[in-house]
Amino acid sequence: MSTLFTRRKVLTGMGLLGLGSLLGGCDYSPKLNFKYGKDLSDKIMGRTFKLKNTDGETVTLSSFRGLMPVVFFGFTQCPAVCPTTLARAAQAKKLMGRDGKIMQVVFITLDPERDTPELLDRYVKAFDPSFEALYGTPEEIAVAAKEFGIFYEKIPAGDTYTLSHTSTSFVFDTRGNLRLGLSASLTAKECAEDLLTVMEVC
Amino acid sequence: MTAVQHLKRTLIGLSLLGLAAHASAQVHVNDAWVRATVAGQTSSGAFMTVTADSDSTLLSVASPVAKDVQIHEMSMKDDVMRMGPVNSVALPAGKAVKLDPQGYHVMLMGLTGQIKEGDQVPLTLTVENAKGEKQSIEVKASARALNDMGGMDHSKMH
Repeated sequence: MSTLFTRRKVLTGMGLLGLGSLLGGCDYSPKLNFKYGKDLSDKIMGRTFKLKNTDGETVTLSSFRGLMPVVFFGFTQCPAVCPTTLARAAQAKKLMGRDGKIMQVVFITLDPERDTPELLDRYVKAFDPSFEALYGTPEEIAVAAKEFGIFYEKIPAGDTYTLSHTSTSFVFDTRGNLRLGLSASLTAKECAEDLLTVMEVC
Repeated sequence: MTAVQHLKRTLIGLSLLGLAAHASAQVHVNDAWVRATVAGQTSSGAFMTVTADSDSTLLSVASPVAKDVQIHEMSMKDDVMRMGPVNSVALPAGKAVKLDPQGYHVMLMGLTGQIKEGDQVPLTLTVENAKGEKQSIEVKASARALNDMGGMDHSKMH
């Protein structure tokens, strides 16, 4: 454990010095060349969120170690950007073929007062059975959203409300380092290309 | 045929033409669809293309499948999606106005039940022309899968 830790530290250090590319196959460099998305490798965001999955288990970023989490905030009563983004993610996963297996979509509700765990589970699984949804108390959601720099606000609509919110998808590599931000305007194919670039990082 | 009879026929013909013109002068709704839901989901969106022959305004939409139907506008700036109700949507003469996932859309709120793929959802649009005359247009919108891309990716994907 301690040797492994030390080795990683050294490697990270080397990567920071720009020597990452010398390590055959493993790219530790802090910068990645994305064609469409935004490189977030130097951003410290979303590291310590702690929420519940739809089975009621506590989930943190390390729960997804070995997978490539794609985190998106939304709500099930969202008519446009949420279903479109989740459908796009499902399509990108398919386009990536076998590599798509490590892509883990994580949908975090911004509407915990109305989105129950049961509804969230049915909702995300309608897009892809592998997708996970996370929820928490409104306070826990607010903390998680802040960590990701997510803007969201309730907009009155008749005697109910809708939400405005940041629609970026945040992608971590398999070691839990934030790497990529995918804007809602990108296509599934564009996302798949950039997601494959994230996978080049060990 | 006497001259009078002939005139009568012509008049009837003209009035029929007039009626026909009156009935079609108006508003065409194309490609109406709603997004299917999963059980327990309480709202969904309806989308369509509306074209009015003369300058008009879409005032409201009603549907028996939802307790409250509103028209919302979505806008995207710096990857922040902003959403909110609008009072009406302008329908300039001859212009195909899209109500799609990228802009204006109809919100079906307080759904009375699950909308399943293939369901035909009745919608009634109320449109007002420049003279202040109101007209109702009945539309059947077919339900597409929840994971339909809403036309967003189709053009680029295929």
